Amino acid sequence: MAEIRIKGVAKSFGSFTALHSVDMTIRDREFMVLLGASGCGKTTLLRIIAGLETPSQGEVWIGDRRVDHLPPRDRGIAMVFQNYAVFPHLTVFENIAFGLRMKKLPQAEVDRRVNRTAELMHIEQLLARYSGELSGGQRQRVAVARALAMEPDVILMDEPLSNLDALLRLEMRAELKGVLAESKTTTIYVTHDQVEAMSLADRIAVMNGGYIVQADDPVQVYRNPAARFVGSFIGNPPMNFLPAERLGDGRWRVAGQEFAGPRAGPARIDFAIRPEDLGLADAGLRARVRVVEPLGAHTLVTTDVDGHLVRAVIDSTLTPQPGEVLTLAPIPDRIRWFDPETSAAIP
Amino acid sequence: MSDLTIDAPRQRDIARAGRLLFGAGLVLLVLWVLVPIWLLMVNALSAPSEVTGFPKRLWPSFDLASVRFFWNFQGVTAALWNSVQVAALTMVLSIGMGAPAGYALTRFDFPGKEFFRIMVIMTRAFPLPLLALPLAVMFIRTGLDDSIIGLALVHAMLALPFAVLITYSLFSGIPVELEEAAWTLGCTRWQAFVKVVLPLAAPGIAASAVFAFVISWNEVFAAAVLTIQNRTLTAFLLQSLNVSPLPLKFAGGAALVLPALIFIFAVRRYLFAMWGIANR
Repeated sequence: MAEIRIKGVAKSFGSFTALHSVDMTIRDREFMVLLGASGCGKTTLLRIIAGLETPSQGEVWIGDRRVDHLPPRDRGIAMVFQNYAVFPHLTVFENIAFGLRMKKLPQAEVDRRVNRTAELMHIEQLLARYSGELSGGQRQRVAVARALAMEPDVILMDEPLSNLDALLRLEMRAELKGVLAESKTTTIYVTHDQVEAMSLADRIAVMNGGYIVQADDPVQVYRNPAARFVGSFIGNPPMNFLPAERLGDGRWRVAGQEFAGPRAGPARIDFAIRPEDLGLADAGLRARVRVVEPLGAHTLVTTDVDGHLVRAVIDSTLTPQPGEVLTLAPIPDRIRWFDPETSAAIP
Repeated sequence: MSDLTIDAPRQRDIARAGRLLFGAGLVLLVLWVLVPIWLLMVNALSAPSEVTGFPKRLWPSFDLASVRFFWNFQGVTAALWNSVQVAALTMVLSIGMGAPAGYALTRFDFPGKEFFRIMVIMTRAFPLPLLALPLAVMFIRTGLDDSIIGLALVHAMLALPFAVLITYSLFSGIPVELEEAAWTLGCTRWQAFVKVVLPLAAPGIAASAVFAFVISWNEVFAAAVLTIQNRTLTAFLLQSLNVSPLPLKFAGGAALVLPALIFIFAVRRYLFAMWGIANR
């Protein structure tokens, strides 16, 4: 059992607060992705769980042990670093065996585990090489194999794919997902890449400014953002936002059109819709086309709706021209509402 | 318009003059270093009769009479042995103290870090003659005068700034993630240092040690003031220069310069690293 519980963990560096009292539970065998822009505190949180950083306050529990006072080696974790951190003075074999030798495992067991994880990561033929003789992708594989060989309760990954080129990243992403699902360890994975987060995660914790804004499964995070920030951060292109004015009785005026919305809430709220949830129709938002970008599978249209920027993803057989006026109808049950004061979602 | 642009031939002239100046500067610098070394070697390796002769030959005659005379001179071997002992001890002391300081400067933030860095350099700002007299008095009181360890302590003080700076730049070149990875793989801080940092830094630490050795080997002032019976080779030569014949002086000079030259040449890559020039 390796459930991770984080209770009121905060971290300040001098006058800068990197983390504000974070509470989170990561279930046993769960693949949790910490997603956010740089400086949002995701790496700090990961390093606190690893024991490489001491929290200013709060508790970290792994399984039924409180670990925030323990050094990294006593936490039952293994970590994969962004720059791989493969030891340059050791062969690939000795790199993978490093932690096993520290545990003083018998040679036969070391051989067995090194060979098994090397096979898993497809680096059997590299075992005699040094890190200087490996490509970035191969080093990445060594780093993952070294972590897996420890058979840890928890694997922590700090942007492990960000130094790889795009094609290799795609390949490694799929492979990592398979290998980690097989290993049945709890995984915490830090990334700023939303596509990586969506494709890998059981759950995504979206972080912003030292807070966890939303922790939910990928589809929920995408469909039902808990805050305006989540909607604008996740999705490419991001969510569209338009101001809405209360007409009373759950009716709201958005860019001259009437929509059904929340019955409670302040007089001025934000109407939000994803670009792919806008369709061409006879009635809807009047949108003047500014830019048309054919992307093959579909076409991205950037328009002006009542002075606000609105993007729509439409069928690529349609070819609107700049200056043309389209009528965009939002799919009613995909419309979301946010409080502009607190930025929180209004149900 | 036209008075702002320089025509092409003129531009070529400027470029050529620049290259010429650069070349001349280079030649001057190289001669500045190489001529004394050449003079020393030619005279040391020629027959005693040739030493006073002029013009000099470009290539020595490889007559070893001067060198043999120097080697058999009363007290030379003892002084040489003293030099080796002091230099070796200096090496151990300056690395023993300098490497931990260099590591601390790289990896830790502590109050007064910048001040400490300046103070390390500042130790070189005090002229040794100013310190020599109080040091001599103190050494006599504590019984450290005329001893190998006493002189080695002074030399270690001279070598320490370099040991700190070289090891600082060495440790800075080793990513902290390597150490952190070792911690997560079951190492204590000390084990990670021994198993990961030390093997990577070892060549550079050795270079820094050699540099400390050379500093002590070449140092003459403190050696001359603080020792009487147990003189190092530099102090011994300084003392006997006035009364010894010219061939002996040259042979002695060569004996001093040669090890230093060889050592420094061997570790030049790491010394460049100290001055902030990337070592790869």
